[in-house]
Amino acid sequence: MQKIEAIIQPSRLDAVKEALIEIGVDGMTILEARGHGRQKGHTEFYRGREYTVDLLPKVKIELVVHDEAAEKVINAIVTTARTGHIGDGKIFVSRIDEAIRIRNDERGETAL
Amino acid sequence: MLVSSALVLMMTGPGLALFYSGLVRKKNVLGTMMQSFAMMAIITVTWALFSYSLAFDAGTSFIGGVHHVFLRGVGTAPDLAYAAFPAQTYMIYQMMFAIITPALITGAFAERMKFSAMVLFTVLWSFLVYDPMAHMVWGQGGLLNVAGGKFPCLDFAGGTVVHITSGVSALVCALYLGKRVGYPTAKMAPHSVVLSFIGACLLWVGWFGFNAGSALSSGPLATSAFVNTHLGAAAAAIGWMIAEWIRQGKPSALGGISGAVAGLVAITPAAGFVQPMWSLVIGLLAGLVCYTMVAVVKQRFGYDDSLDAFGVHGVGGTLGALLTGIFASSLINPVFKDAAGNTLPVGVIEGHWGQLGNQIVGILIAIVLSVVGTLILLKLVDLVIGLRMSPEDELEGMDVTQHGEEGYDWA
Repeated sequence: MQKIEAIIQPSRLDAVKEALIEIGVDGMTILEARGHGRQKGHTEFYRGREYTVDLLPKVKIELVVHDEAAEKVINAIVTTARTGHIGDGKIFVSRIDEAIRIRNDERGETAL
Repeated sequence: MLVSSALVLMMTGPGLALFYSGLVRKKNVLGTMMQSFAMMAIITVTWALFSYSLAFDAGTSFIGGVHHVFLRGVGTAPDLAYAAFPAQTYMIYQMMFAIITPALITGAFAERMKFSAMVLFTVLWSFLVYDPMAHMVWGQGGLLNVAGGKFPCLDFAGGTVVHITSGVSALVCALYLGKRVGYPTAKMAPHSVVLSFIGACLLWVGWFGFNAGSALSSGPLATSAFVNTHLGAAAAAIGWMIAEWIRQGKPSALGGISGAVAGLVAITPAAGFVQPMWSLVIGLLAGLVCYTMVAVVKQRFGYDDSLDAFGVHGVGGTLGALLTGIFASSLINPVFKDAAGNTLPVGVIEGHWGQLGNQIVGILIAIVLSVVGTLILLKLVDLVIGLRMSPEDELEGMDVTQHGEEGYDWA
């Protein structure tokens, strides 16, 4: 089982979600996040005082999928989340040791 | 008059409460609102019990007497020294001014003053500074009263009484209390310009009660005051936004509403004295001057007048008081008459240069009274209970440490 964490531009969320549902992804977790990579922030002015805002709004999508599905999911995210500009985000993949369905205590791949 | 009283109270709550609390960090939103609300509750009582008498009873030229403490003799019959409507109406109208004036000062020491110290300080301040100033300018026999005072000062709705006193006192407080922890490097941006926007609009509308109500009757003078108030606000908003557009590249919403408030402050002494075109000039100047104070001068000197109480009210009020002396016209309000009843010139534009001198006397008295009174009281309250929140409390925020609450319970 693979955990896929994708940090994307908030404006691409709807498109990414639809693409994932289309390839048969059952569940996902969406978090509102702030952050930046090489993308610079912007300046705001309040009564003449300048503030540099470098924690930019992002969306993080977390999914845990079967090993075989991982590549399909990654491609779906990459193609729909990409705008071509700095700030598009990143995807991280890690291995998951165990998955449990809380409702009925199912364990392993069937819990996904 | 009762409607005007309600409008002026609305200026404090929720007008000022929203305006100020939107400008502070989220952890201080309730604490900041409580500062205004506490005035609504406490000054109401002190005004009814003592201050109305001290301000408006006949006494000396500096302070009133005690005949009207506990509202004795203040009933539904008129007090003809002031108006033809019930004395209690006049009392309650003036009360709303007494409420908002100390509330304005809270902007200078935002986010760092103990609630207990703030309550004690502002109550004492209203006795020591506000009541004498109100008496001198508006009270019968007052030194600066336009009707018969030794230095008749033109202050239609409180440029000196409300804005200079609160603004200058605010500066003294900001300097005495010192800067917020982390100022000026830490990020202290407004947590909700939306709240401030709503508050500012309520201030603008409420100000019609503040200025037009000060005509004490429905009619031509109230009309002049209403129109001047509105024009002054609009011109100042434009002035501030133009200044921002030039200096920063974009006009901000906060700038627009701050400009409007600056204009309202500056037009306050002038509202019932000047012709409408001059209120556009007064407003525009207020927008430009106050913007400069707030965005340039404050930065250069580095003091932490957190919500610009001095920059907007102190400076705006002083500017307005001076310009009132210049642009006041007997065509709008013939306040000076000779022994035969002939109308005399009022402001400099009618040739009465001496009026500028009277305005300056009024301004100086307001400044000196505010500085001395505020310093004494700050020292006193500091010795008795301490003024500032501890650095740990300041970091955690007013809402939790002073009031045991959180403003927002959002995920």
